[in-house]
Amino acid sequence: MIDWAWLADHLDAIVLRTVQHVYLTAIALTVGFAISFVLALWVVRRRMLYGPVIGVAGILFTIPSLALFAALVPITGLSVLTAVVPLVLYTLVIFIHNIVTGLEGVPAEVVEAASGMGYSRGQRLWQVELPLAIPLLVAGLRVASVSTIGLVTISALIGDAYGGLGFFITEGIRHSFPTEIYTGAILSMALAVVADLIFVRLQRRITPWSRARAAGSPAPVTPR
Amino acid sequence: MNIVAQTLAWLTDPANWQGPNGIPVRTAEQVAISGTSLLIAVLIALPIGLWIGHTGRGTTVGVNVANLGRALPSLAVIGIMLPITAALDPQLGFKVYPTLIAMVILAVPPILVNAQTGVGEVDRELVEAARGMGFAEHHLLARVEMPIALPVILGGLRSASVQVVSTATLGAVVGFGGLGRYIVDGVSQNDDGQLYGGVVLVAGLALLTEASFGLLQHVLTSPGLRLERAGASETAMWVAPEAAARP
Repeated sequence: MIDWAWLADHLDAIVLRTVQHVYLTAIALTVGFAISFVLALWVVRRRMLYGPVIGVAGILFTIPSLALFAALVPITGLSVLTAVVPLVLYTLVIFIHNIVTGLEGVPAEVVEAASGMGYSRGQRLWQVELPLAIPLLVAGLRVASVSTIGLVTISALIGDAYGGLGFFITEGIRHSFPTEIYTGAILSMALAVVADLIFVRLQRRITPWSRARAAGSPAPVTPR
Repeated sequence: MNIVAQTLAWLTDPANWQGPNGIPVRTAEQVAISGTSLLIAVLIALPIGLWIGHTGRGTTVGVNVANLGRALPSLAVIGIMLPITAALDPQLGFKVYPTLIAMVILAVPPILVNAQTGVGEVDRELVEAARGMGFAEHHLLARVEMPIALPVILGGLRSASVQVVSTATLGAVVGFGGLGRYIVDGVSQNDDGQLYGGVVLVAGLALLTEASFGLLQHVLTSPGLRLERAGASETAMWVAPEAAARP
């Protein structure tokens, strides 16, 4: 059922596509987070804008991925932008929602105490509110990374130049070659699981105070 | 401007509204497979989710299933199913089953986890009060827990429906019809009018589906719950469970 010889012959390609999958995901997450961060800070201060902003981001999220990738082909051609722009757009609703929820979840007493100690608005944001919002920021990164890794595979439908491990899925479907389909499918799922675990570890590392609370909550992805 | 004109020309061409490759047939295919898979997913996920939420047993399992479901790329699921179902049934196994199975697999997690958290988060004092009033367990679930959890349960259906419509579009890649056909053909034939016509139809259907479930959610939510629940249910899937549970 699995053609091991093919796997052995294509190790180089598999490594290359895995690296491509990771960098497409990393670019999308970085750009998406940066845009969302700015928008989130803006709507936290002007609450009435939250509805419209999250609404537009939600509409983008609803558009089926094949449609969004394909819609860019005549405009951006088969460049890296065609792969990355939709990936970025899909992360917005996740990041904006989680950053805003995280910042607004900071207890009012804490904010007041910080102001009372003489923190300026900027200092309060960077030294008090954001650290307390980290669990939700990382939760957003977890959801967005898993979803982006899945979407990268779909970008392979647009052309062979990008698509990361999704390239093997589409090529395998074209040639009716199960080994290649399984290679792409299983490795991309493995990437998603690994990304999720990395962000959970990261969160435990940078917010040791939440460890006691997290101990009682369900383990993510795989029981260990 | 050229693209807009091409798209409009394609969408208004009577030839595109007739025959087996016409817009009505393709839309019907897409709606039929989406409805079927959503129904199957509800039949699987809802009883399990309600049971977990009601008993509190297997909560971790439920959350893990949901997380695992999120890690499954839709194209990967279709790809994995394709060789298996094609071997079992050369006709439908190639065209319909891989897409249908992928859609069910991807629709189960949001329905399950939202049913579970919705019921699980019902105020325990209310549940105890109902028990004290002599409610049997199934009455308790049907008359107290489910009505209160309804907005969250419907929120799960809403996420699932978006996921399902999106995956149905991908079915075009493996030979299923549906509206995705126009996108795939438009790209391969360099026919921008067809491509964008397909994009407009697919995006329109997805947004319409999402809006309908949103409306349903609004109408079916008990007025007493509307104020406190506003906005909470629709985003349940986007927040990792432990973060959502943060006080």
